[in-house]
Parts: sequence; structure tokens; C-alpha cells
Amino acid sequence: MSVVSLRDPGRIIRAYLRFDIAASLAVTVLFSLVALIRPAYAMKIESVKSPGGIEAWLVEEHRVPMLALRFGFAGGNSQDPAGKEGLANFITGMMDEGAGDLTSEQFQQRMEEIAMRMSFEDGKDTLSGNFETLTVNRDKGLELLKLALTKPRFDPDAIERVREQLQAGLVYAARDPEKVAGQAWSATAFKGHAYGRPANGTKDSLAAITRDDLLAFHKKTFAKSNLKVVAVGDITAEDLGKLLDTVFGEIPAKAELAAVAQTKIAAGSQQVIEMNVPQSVAVFGLPAMARKDDDFMPAFVMNQILGGGGFASRLMEEVREKRGLAYGVYSYLQPYKSASIFAGSVATKNESIAQSLDVIRSEFKRMAENGPTETELKNAKSYLTGSYALRFDTNSKIASQLLGLLQDDYGIDYVEKRNAQVEAVTMADIKRVAAKLLKNDDLIVTIVGKPANLPVTATTAAPKG
Amino acid sequence: MKYARGCGEALRTLAQPSRITSPFVLPLMAIIMLAFTHATLAAKPASNATEFQLANGMQVVVVPDTRAPVVTHMVWYRVGAADEPRGVSGIAHFLEHLMFKSTDKIPMGEFSKIVSRLGGQDNAFTGHDATAYFQRVSKDRLPTVMGMEADRMVNLKLTEKEVFTERNVILEERRSRIENNPSALMDEQMNAALFMSHPYKIPVIGWEHEMAKLSPTDAMTFYKRFYAPNNAILIVTGDVTPEEVRSMAEATYGKVPANSGVGAVRQRPMDPPQRAARRLRFEDPRAGKTSLTRYYQVPSYVTAKPGQAEAMDLMMKILAQGSTSQIYKRLVVDKKISSGASGYYSGNGLDYGTIAIQAIIADGSTAEVVEAEIDAAIAQIKEHGVTTAELERAKSGFIADYVYESDNQATMARRYGWNLVVGRTLAQVDSFPDDIAKVTAEDIKTAANSFLNIKSSVTGVLVPTADAGARADMPMVAPSSTQMMR
Repeated sequence: MSVVSLRDPGRIIRAYLRFDIAASLAVTVLFSLVALIRPAYAMKIESVKSPGGIEAWLVEEHRVPMLALRFGFAGGNSQDPAGKEGLANFITGMMDEGAGDLTSEQFQQRMEEIAMRMSFEDGKDTLSGNFETLTVNRDKGLELLKLALTKPRFDPDAIERVREQLQAGLVYAARDPEKVAGQAWSATAFKGHAYGRPANGTKDSLAAITRDDLLAFHKKTFAKSNLKVVAVGDITAEDLGKLLDTVFGEIPAKAELAAVAQTKIAAGSQQVIEMNVPQSVAVFGLPAMARKDDDFMPAFVMNQILGGGGFASRLMEEVREKRGLAYGVYSYLQPYKSASIFAGSVATKNESIAQSLDVIRSEFKRMAENGPTETELKNAKSYLTGSYALRFDTNSKIASQLLGLLQDDYGIDYVEKRNAQVEAVTMADIKRVAAKLLKNDDLIVTIVGKPANLPVTATTAAPKG
Repeated sequence: MKYARGCGEALRTLAQPSRITSPFVLPLMAIIMLAFTHATLAAKPASNATEFQLANGMQVVVVPDTRAPVVTHMVWYRVGAADEPRGVSGIAHFLEHLMFKSTDKIPMGEFSKIVSRLGGQDNAFTGHDATAYFQRVSKDRLPTVMGMEADRMVNLKLTEKEVFTERNVILEERRSRIENNPSALMDEQMNAALFMSHPYKIPVIGWEHEMAKLSPTDAMTFYKRFYAPNNAILIVTGDVTPEEVRSMAEATYGKVPANSGVGAVRQRPMDPPQRAARRLRFEDPRAGKTSLTRYYQVPSYVTAKPGQAEAMDLMMKILAQGSTSQIYKRLVVDKKISSGASGYYSGNGLDYGTIAIQAIIADGSTAEVVEAEIDAAIAQIKEHGVTTAELERAKSGFIADYVYESDNQATMARRYGWNLVVGRTLAQVDSFPDDIAKVTAEDIKTAANSFLNIKSSVTGVLVPTADAGARADMPMVAPSSTQMMR
């Protein structure tokens, strides 16, 4: 996440109103997986190489006079040094805090004057940037983007301001049952691995981060060797070539990334973290296959039927529609570079959370033992292939989809091939993969709240603010 | 504010109702001019939105966008939580959930599944002034979803069992959104104080004790009173022409007879003059940091005089939106007494608008100190107004926002929906850039003096307290991960 949201207390406070995990996960998962589906129409993806040798994918679309750039640097918050957790996230909050001769205030005012949008986000494996400009201000916008990428100031005053915001964010997160559940689940599932460490840091790790840490991380990560770029909008291939050299030409040639080992997800377990809230939040998940595993696509289609398909999914039908136990329940398949997970979440009043989890476990078992029905499989494919165009109806959505593919080293023809792969998934594939994947004994379950009939294993702080 | 039925939909919330802004893909030249100088806005940019009416009174708006072969199809009803009878709060939102049950043509619980099989996505949401249903589908599926939406406009069937099961779902929704969340609880208290008689004082999702008693009869009574083509607006954006939409709409919605008992003037109890500032202090061990929130009751785009609402939008952007705003600079950058500060004008209400200002109190400071600085910033804008540079930046931001928004057909559909559902016209929506451009520094100073009136305000302080039952000194569980699974 970016610190930008922390700058706005309204957004912090309002974030508490949303079904946070549900909204953010559902969106993330859709974005990362629907990229596999081919658009129904002729969207021409072009591979562009700049005179200076920087490569990018381009979709030309001149009907709206704007340009969306998405770029990602491999690395991400799994690169945070031990004791400096939260460093990648810290950087994302510093990128518009002044660069070159422009102070923080001057930089931000300039961004507003030319109505340019720029934001950065850290994931487990990538630090990515979003940039949008109106065509008429393109050159001015690119100049600012380049400054931010090559000459960030990291002024002490701005560092302290952002640090305070990040610390405040931690205080809020520690009291949010959804966030506490997500954190605790990751810490358990990825114990001993970089993925299990807190991406937004801890009070102590944030306090320990120095300007030199920011500069070092910036230099190691923002390099050409680990850079992927997608451009969508009102620009030609030739102009994009020039743009790439202008913006990215002067960053270091080679990134210096620490190796992140492949990891195994921990064994199945259940923990109950006591928090004084009327509704318990549960996060559940188990190990899954890598993105490029042959079983990935069958698992993706299976998840559509089990818990990824909204009101068309079994979990929603059994937990919400039939029993009224929850507002939201879902599952998703999430591949990372060093591990993949199949996970989900549900929130139910304390008296009934155990029942919700029982229903979910029995649906895992039913799917593992019997697979879906032919009708369910047909309907799932119908949705997945029929809805693909919905993912490509705006410049910024196209750019996000394509960057995901580029970062996973797929070729430019991947989008087309993947559509056929959805159709090719057979009932036998799904049954085999479901039986292999959905083992209730593997489930790591984290519950936060005051659940009835479940033993408490830990308590939360609600520490003094 | 509004509540969606599903959880995958990105939600605006109680604290940030959708902004009233304006039109669709502007012609290239207009955009270039807009981006360069606001003076050129005097020439009103053309819009490609078309409006017509069916014989039964249903209003229709079509906004073509041919970039992708998909459409966003929405039906907006001119009814929301503020139209509920007293004592059955939450019924508008509850009915919105129940609209996904069954009709003679659509089997129990199949509505969303059918849309899914069509390769589409659907959802719905409810606000104080509107209830809307939508599907996003490929263009060839449009007639099908129009037929389904027209069918459930008047043919909904409910059984006791499914109503009571769904009632548990909305109670869980309330727990997720409100009961588990101290900021949301305080927001409810503040709105209840900000409005004295007007139903904006009642949360859209409803008060829990009233939700728990909602019945099938409550739902069907509300449905029959408010759902009819002459109380609805159809909005279609995407790869479709107005002519195509007209013929499809006539074949579906056009077959539904008008209901003369529906669609009366929406007359809600209005507030008396507000004569004293109200204050709240809400303590909750789950509150995180101490924060301060102030709401003002002000006019909305519908009730303000021409130019006033636009002036409030610009005023709040300059005063409190983003890191270049006056309050952010004063509280966060210069005095370092807040870790965050923001504010906005929310002008989309039928009867009132609200202005909100919020700040998180930094360690070492107090809510009193922060409030005094916010009041100083407000006093300054009242006395000195804003600079030309601030005004130009703010205008540039608003105008660019909707050029960017023109990239997204779903956003466009909502923009028109939120405006038209409270009775604004297409022309008013489309003239938004002109109207923003016309605002002067003097207008903003006048707006500040007229509307940032402490007597019409509520100030709330949310304070984290130690919870006797919650082991305040234990270390935080799992400090080793703050990453949500993404």
C-alpha cells in the first residue's frame, strides 16, 4: 500500500467502513487473474524498444487524450532488510515529497498545476508505479516523473512527516480485526520467510529507518534490469521509444536485489486472537501451486466455482444465501514469486463464526471429493471467457492487466493462448486439482474477535494510543 | 452514502458520498483548451450524452463509448433511505438486497447467477436519495439484462424464509461496516446530531434495533410504493447508440405500465434553523489515534444558489484536500500537530450538503490545539479568501478529474445517475466545467463566510481508551506481519 492514503485521515477513517479485505482482495485477485483472459476485440499489443534499449508494451488508443503508464521494478517489500521492515512502503510514500530542485511543496503544487497523477505501491515481489497525464501536459508530466525516479530528495522534514503517518497507520491497523487477521495469518503461513514479515513495518522498524536506508533501497531497486513498462493511450510507438529513454534512461543499469528463497507454507493450524468486537473475522488459506504450474488454470477455474465467483460461488450460496451467516465470503488463488496460496475470508457474528467455518470446511471437502457438476463447470467457463472484455475497457485497466503479464515474463501472445486454456480445463483436471489442493488438514485459520465455542490462543493489544 | 449488496464492489462510504461532477468524453479540442486555460471554458464543451423519455415516463440517458464492446447498464430509482417511513430504517437498503430473490421468470436466487453465466457482473447500492442496480456485460447481452431488470421492477416475489435469512445478512453487513468500527459508530452519532429533523440523521443501513424487525410486508409495501418506470432512470454507457437503446428499452421497460401512485414530489421533514454548535466525544478502546472531525450542514447542488455549490467544492479543495491544501500545510507540515488532515464538500444530496474536515492528532498534541488551528485556517479563508494560484490549481484539478474519469464508462454512468436522480438536468451536469471555471476568489470568500458557520456544525472527538477487558499492555499479536494478503 502507499502512504498516500495515510496523508488523508478521512481515507484512513473511512477505510474502516469498507469490507476491506473483501474489497481489496477481490479486486486484486480479479486483476491478477483475469489478465489471463483474452479480450474479445482486437486490442493490439505492441512490443516497443527504445533507442536506448528499454522495452515496453504499448496499446495505442487515441480516442481519449490521456496516457497511462504502469511500470514495475522487481523487488518489493520482500527486499526490506531485517529490522527495517516497512522500507519499501516508506519509499512509496516519499516519491512525491520533492525531487531535484523542487521541494516537497513545489513538487506537489507542480503536479496539481499540470493535473498529473503519480503513485507508487509495494507488493511482495514488486514495487510498481502508476502515472497518468493528459496529452497536452505530457512532456511536463514526464519531466516530473523522471525527477522523482532519478533525483528524489528524501528531505529529513518529509521523512519525519511520512514516518509519523506510517506509525499512525500501524496504530489503526492493530485495532482493525480484518487487518490483524490478515497479518497474523501471513506471519503464521510464511513463518521464517520474508513474506511473513510485516510489509508496513513495526513501530521499532519504522523508527529505525534512516535517509541512507531510503537512498540505498532506491538505488538498488529503481534500475533498468528489473524494470517492466506498459503504456496505454494517446501515444505512438516512436514517441513511446523517446519517452522511455527520457524517463528511465538515467537510472542505474543493474538492480541489486537480495535473493528471496522459495518457501513452503506452514502446516495447518487454527488460532483465535481475542479482540473485543461483535463480529469475528476469519482468514483461512493453504498452500497452492505456482503460476506456471499446469494445475494453476484448473485451480483458477475451480476457485471460480468454490469461492471466487461472487453470488455464483458455492461459499456464497452456502454461507450467505442459504444460512444468512455473513455479508461477504470468498476465496482466491494468489501466486507470488516464492510461494502461492489459496485463501479466503469470512466475517460472522461471534456466536456463529464457528458454524461459518464448518460450512466452509465442508465445502472444501465436498469439492475435493466430488468436484463440481458439469453445469457448474460450464457456467464458470462461460463467466470467465464472457467477462474478459470487462477487464479491458479503460486505459488504466488495460495497463494494469498487461503489466501483470510482463512481470510474470509472459510473451506478448500470452493473452490469446490463455483464453484457450480456460476452455481446455476438463472435469478430470478440476477433480484432480481440487483433491490435491483442498486438504482441510492443511488449512491455516486465523480468527480475530470473541468467537463462541472456539478456544482463544492469543489476545490482541488494543494498546494505548 | 450508500451500501452495496456485494463485497467486491469498491464502495464509497458514509463519510464520503459521491461527488457531483460532470460529463463524458469531451472533444479533444475542448480538453486541450480546458487544460491550458479555464477562460476557454466559457465555450461550453459538447457532451455526447443523449436523453429521452419512454411513454410510461421512464427517463433514459445514453452515453456512447465505443472503445471496448461492453456496456454498463444501470437503473436508478428516485428513492433512498431518506424516503423511508419512520421506524423502519434500513428498509430501502434491505429491499435492494431482496430484489435479487425471484420473479415468475427468474427462479429463486438466480438473478446474479444468470448475469454471471452471461459473462457479466452485477451489483446494486443504496443511498439516502437513490437506489441503483447495474450490470456490466458485453454489448450483445444488453437486451437480456434489460429484460431482467424490467421484470423485477414490478414482479418481485418474496417468501418469509428468504426475507428472514437475508435480514441476517444485512445485520452481518452492519456488524462489518459499523459495529466493528469505532469511526463508523462516531460518524453515525455525528450525523444524528448534524440533522435535527431531516432523515439524513438516520443511517442508510438502518438502526440495528429497527433492522432486526424488518418484515416481508415492510419490504413489499416499500417496493409497491416506489418502484415503477415513472420513478426510474435508465442509464446506459458504452458501445451502444441511443437508437439501439431506445428500441431495446421500449421492448422491455416500455412494457411496464406507469404507476400513478408512485413518483410524488419527495418531501422530507426539513431541519429548523440551527442555533447552536454541537459537540460529541466518543470513547472506544478500538479507536486507534485520537481524531477530530467536524461536519457542517450546508446547501447541496440542488438547493444552493447558482455557483454556491461549485464555490464550496473549490473552497474545500483549497482548504483541506491533499498535501498542498491550507489545513494540511498548517497542521501536518508546518505545526506538526497532526499526522493527517483532510476535508471535502459533499454536495450530491437532494435536501442538504455537508462539509467535513478531519484530522488525526499527532503524538504530543491535543484535539483542542488541532481544533484551534483548524478554526484559525477557517478564519483566515473567511477574512482573506484564496490566492489566484490556489484557485487556478483547484480548478485545474476538478477539470482534469473528469477528463480522467471519461476513461471509465462505469464512472460516467454513476456521474449522470447521482445527478439526475436528485432532479438535476443533463444540461446542468454537462455545464459543470463552465460553472467551476466561473467561480471567483470573491465567491469562495463569500461561501466561506456563509457556510462555514459554527452554529450549523457538529464537532466530534474520537478518543481511544484503555479497555479494562482487553489486556492493554500485552504486545500486539503477530507484530511480524502487517501485510494483508493481496
